Parts: sequence; structure tokens; C-alpha cells
Amino acid sequence: MADQPILELRHVNKSFGPVDVLKSVDFSVYPGEVTALVGDNGAGKSTMVKCISGTYTIDSGDYIFEGNPVHVHAPREASALGIEIVYQDLALADNLDIVQNMFLGRERVTGIVLDESSMEQSAGETLASLSVRTVKSVRQRVASLSGGQRQTVAIAKAVLWNSKVVILDEPTAALGVAQTAQVLSLVRRLADRGLAVVLISHNMSEVLQVADRIAVLYLGQMAAQVRRTEVNQQQLVELITTGGSENVNLAATNGASA
Amino acid sequence: MTSLDKTIEPDEPETHAETEPEIEHEELAALASTAPVGGSVSDHIHNYWQRVRGGDMGSLPAVSGLILLTVIFSLAQPSFHSLFNLGNMFTEGTATIFIAMGLVFVLLLGEIDLAAGYTAGVSAAVMGRLMVGYNWQWYLTIPAALITGLIIGFIVGWLRAKVRIPSFVVTLAFFLAFQGVMLYIVNNGKGQKGDLSLNDNVVLAFANSQMPLWLGWALGAAVVLGYAAVKVSARMARLRRGLAAEPLGVAGAKVAVLAALSFVMIYLLSQNRSLHKTAIPTNVNGKIVLVTPPKVEGVPWVVPVLLVLFVAWTFLLGRTRYGRHLYAVGGNEEAARRAGIAVDRIRISVFVLSGFMSAIGGIMIASNVSGVSVQNYAGNTLLLAVGAAVIGGTSLFGGRGRMIDALIGGAVVEVIYNGLANLVQGPNGSSVQFIATGIALLLAAAVDALSRRRAGASGLA
Repeated sequence: MADQPILELRHVNKSFGPVDVLKSVDFSVYPGEVTALVGDNGAGKSTMVKCISGTYTIDSGDYIFEGNPVHVHAPREASALGIEIVYQDLALADNLDIVQNMFLGRERVTGIVLDESSMEQSAGETLASLSVRTVKSVRQRVASLSGGQRQTVAIAKAVLWNSKVVILDEPTAALGVAQTAQVLSLVRRLADRGLAVVLISHNMSEVLQVADRIAVLYLGQMAAQVRRTEVNQQQLVELITTGGSENVNLAATNGASA
Repeated sequence: MTSLDKTIEPDEPETHAETEPEIEHEELAALASTAPVGGSVSDHIHNYWQRVRGGDMGSLPAVSGLILLTVIFSLAQPSFHSLFNLGNMFTEGTATIFIAMGLVFVLLLGEIDLAAGYTAGVSAAVMGRLMVGYNWQWYLTIPAALITGLIIGFIVGWLRAKVRIPSFVVTLAFFLAFQGVMLYIVNNGKGQKGDLSLNDNVVLAFANSQMPLWLGWALGAAVVLGYAAVKVSARMARLRRGLAAEPLGVAGAKVAVLAALSFVMIYLLSQNRSLHKTAIPTNVNGKIVLVTPPKVEGVPWVVPVLLVLFVAWTFLLGRTRYGRHLYAVGGNEEAARRAGIAVDRIRISVFVLSGFMSAIGGIMIASNVSGVSVQNYAGNTLLLAVGAAVIGGTSLFGGRGRMIDALIGGAVVEVIYNGLANLVQGPNGSSVQFIATGIALLLAAAVDALSRRRAGASGLA
């Protein structure tokens, strides 16, 4: 869809003491596409996401956002760029309602008074624009929501803030079949709105169903970054478990050539 | 998490839009923002009842308890509902409420401030010592007491947030230490030693003087009109954006109940509640003459002080960014941190607020007993305040509670205390008081824990 990646890592290294967790990793994320990030446990997915989000600082290599090299040292700086991470454990406050959670930390005020009706209106519009119809009232407390609805709220929060890149850390890991379908269709809609979506998942069929591109990390190295159409499930599993596959021409598909 | 899927009940009635409950997947987020003027009165009541059944009871148990206890004590002991006793309860019970209001902030974070009682004591002792030893005026000694409370709160909060000692331990240590500090202040320095007696008119006025009758009525009118104005402006703001607003009937009923309660109270307090209304023979300059004792009528001055702080803190909790962040930290600290909220700063601030309110409570106790004496700040000062906040409906687990809880809970505690003091006299009087208040606190904590469990099961919290 888009030729220029919005977010790009080039030759990024990160080590903790003697342990090299990321070894010269290249990674590109394109607007309007879902990029799946897969890899076995310990492959470096979380570390890479934390480098992108500013929780960790990269040791060397380039972090390029919208074509410009940037240095991200704190989560706030990543948010300021428009990068939002939706964590597995959700980070919603149970005792607050949907509106309050969506605006948490960025409340609208007039003077010193919270502008509740303006926030409620925007939250409602955002959910409606994502075709979310499973939430009864935006003044419902989050404690009363199902897992899928919570995930929806967390994702909608990223949209509300006009994020450009949304990184979803295993958004469906704890969900049932119907709710997984709902969340995946929401992920698709995010990309269709022009956002760059990074989906971290262990579920291969889910990845193949929703992703446009697939990046495979293997022992801290980017084993392959391919278009969805270039791999099948068996090849993907091979890439994840062995770091290579006879049937995929890695030279042609790795990195920027895609 | 799957257990939460099954029951999704409408929650916040203010925004409930008319939808058909059967079609779960068509229940619209969009409706919340595009609904016409939402919800009929009966929907509203239905929603409220759903929340109560789901475990979100708010102040309901405390209000029921208050009504029940008042009826029981009035029947058992006619002097309980005498005008004299009513005025007495206002001046006696408000000190507890001030401290309880500070504790609400602390409890909202799931913390505890066991030092609140002696913080009140130390602050009052500072005020007392400066007055009796150094002849400082009230406009210097009251700020000195308040600053003492603020500093103590800051130290406690800093130890909790930065050194990360559990608040139970920090404040238990201060509970012990401040007892000594207070003793030291009242027994050392210039002037009177031991129990300090105060004679400053302003300090004594809070509990011992009354507002002029017209001012009492004006205060009542201001409260009711202010509440109505808040309701109207909130409603207009919502309707302007096409959001569902509280039904007019419900809003009107709330204003009417507040008006009725305030004006009945002010009317009762405006009667002469002196125990001696008729002239009594008195020895004046060697002659026996009939002297009519001064009238005791009007709203005690402590009430407007309480109201101002209550409104200010309610506003702070409900309408400002700070309040929102406080609830968020109490509900999910990690979420708050990720949202960029300075969690440590919030944590320190609640202890500072608690210290400040304790200092005010300490001044009010001093005003009520016209002096500063260690026994008036001993163990039960703190425990009654904690009891008041929890009985009122503030959760011990954090994240849930309102300023009004301190008022309602404080009223319950005072009614139990005062009622039993009249009912059970003699050597076992205070033993019964302690046991009854303990049971009330236990009941309130049980309601809190059970409603929390129930809320978890029904998906409402």
C-alpha cells in the first residue's frame, strides 16, 4: 500500500550485560498494513517492542520514524511521536469507566474542571467509528466488561489519540473464539484507516488471517520479513523454530526489498 | 476473565440510553453519544437497583443504619432526640468527620494512616503551647497547627512512597512516636504544663458559638441553590452535546431531599436548645436575682467550616485531573503509571491531605473541650475516624470511596457513641460504646469485602 515505512529499525543491537538480545535487527512497519511480529519465546520480541516504546534504549543502530532518525529514551517520547503500545495485561483501571480510562493521563479540562461531556462525546464517537457495537454505555465501568471488550477499549484508546503506529502485544491470548474474531476484525479496521499496526502473536492461523507482512525473530535476529502472500503456515513454523526455511527465498524477501 | 462475559448490566445511570436489553450486540456505543434525552425515571431507578444488587451499594448501608439507629435510640431514650443533644452531636461528631475526610484520600489508594489521631494531637498541642506559653494569636496558631499537620503528612507520605515502607508500619511507628511528641509538647516549654486550657475566642467559637439565625438560613439556601446550579449546568452541558442526561425528575428529587434535610436541620438548630430556658435565681453582687441564661441557638460555627472543606474536597475528587488520577492509582497503579501519572507524587499528596485534615480535626477537638489534653487524642480518635470512613462506604481495598462517606459514616459513629452514652450509663458505659462501635466497623468492613466479591462475580465493581 505505502512505499515508505513509517517506522524502521536498522541494524539495531541491544544487550543486557554479556547477553546479546537483539543482533543487528532490521524491522519496517508500513502505514495501512498489519505487520505481524512472530518468534518463539525468548526470540527478542518483547525486547524489541520495549526498544520501540522507549522503555529500553537501543545500544546501536538507527531508529527511523517517518524518514527521520530519532532517539527515543522514554515511553512519553514514543507516545509523542504517535506510537502506542497496547499491552497484554491491558493497563486499564477497573474502577474507572470507559471514558475515564480512554482519557487517563490526558484528560480534557476547561480551566481546572474536567470537561466530562466533551470527553464522553469523543470516546463515543471513536468507538462508533471503529464500529464497536458491543459496548452498552461508555459510562460502564471497565470491571464490568468482558476480555474482548476490554481489549477493544484499550485499542480504541490508541485510536482516540491519533496514534500512527499501534503495537498490540498478544491481544487475543486470553480471549474466546468469538471475541478473538471481533478483536481481529478491529485490528484489520485499524490498518484500513491508515494506521500502521504491529501484531505480536503466537497464533499462526491468526497471523496468516490478518497480517499483510510477517516479521520473524529467531534468537535475536530477524530471520525473515516477508509479505503474507509469500509464505504458508508450514514455512512460517519452520522460520520460527529454525530461523530458516528451504522454500522461502530469504535473500529476496528480507528487509527493504518487500 | 470469561466469568465477566456473562452479565453485562447497565452501570452508570446518568448516561443510560434507551436500548433493548435483549439484543446485546446491537447495544450501541454510538447511542451513548447520539441518544436523545435519555432514560426515564423508572429506568433510572431500575439501573440504580441493578447496581445495588450487583454489590455497588455506596452509602446505602450507612444511610439505612443511620435511620435505624436514630429510631431505636429515640424510642429507647427520649433525651436522645432532644434539641440539646442534637447540637451536642454536631460539635462532638464533626472532629471525627474532619479526620475521616482526610482518611478517605488515604483509603482511596488502599493505604492507611494510623497516625491521624496523634497528628491531630501534635498539631493541637503546637497550637496550645503557642497560645498558653507565647500568647500567639489565633491567626498565627491555627496556621501553625495546619502547617504541623502538613509537614507530618509529607514525612509519612515520603517514607511510604520513596522509602517504600508499608503505610501500616510507617503510621504505626508514628502513632507510637507522636503520642510521646504530644506529651512532650504539653509538658514542656513556657506556660502551663500538662493539660493546656484555651481561652481564645476564635478557637473556642468553632464548637461553642453559633451563627446568627439569618446566617444559618442563608447558608442553607446557598447550599441548596449551589447544588441545584451544579445539576442544571451539568445537564445543560450534556444536552448541548446530545448526551443522555439525568432525568429531570431524579435531579429534582435529589435537590428536594437536600433542601428538606437542610432546612429541617437548620430549623431545629435555630431553636433555643439551652437546658435552662427559664430564669433561675442567681447570686449577683450579694443579691439574689432572677437571671435568664443566655440562649443557645443557631448553627454551630464548625458546620460552615465542615461544609466548605466538604465541597472543596468533593470537587477535587470528582471534577479535577488530580482526583481522577487518584482514583486511577487506587484502581490500577500500573495502568496509572503507564498513563504518565506521577504515582509517587499522588501517594505523598494523600498523606499530606490527611495530615492537614487531621490538624483541623485536632483544632476542633481542642475547641470542643476548650483545651488540649493527651487523653482527648488517644486511641479511639483515630479508630472512630477510620470507622466513619469505612462505615460510610469507602473501600479498604482502594479505588472506591467519596467524600460524602466521611459525613454519613461520621454521623453513624456519632449516633452510636452518643446514643449508647445516654442509654448505658454507669461503670460499663464506655465498655459498651467501644464494643458497639467495633461491631459497627466490623459490619461495615464485612459489607465492603462481600460487596467487592459480589461485584467481582456479577461483573460490576
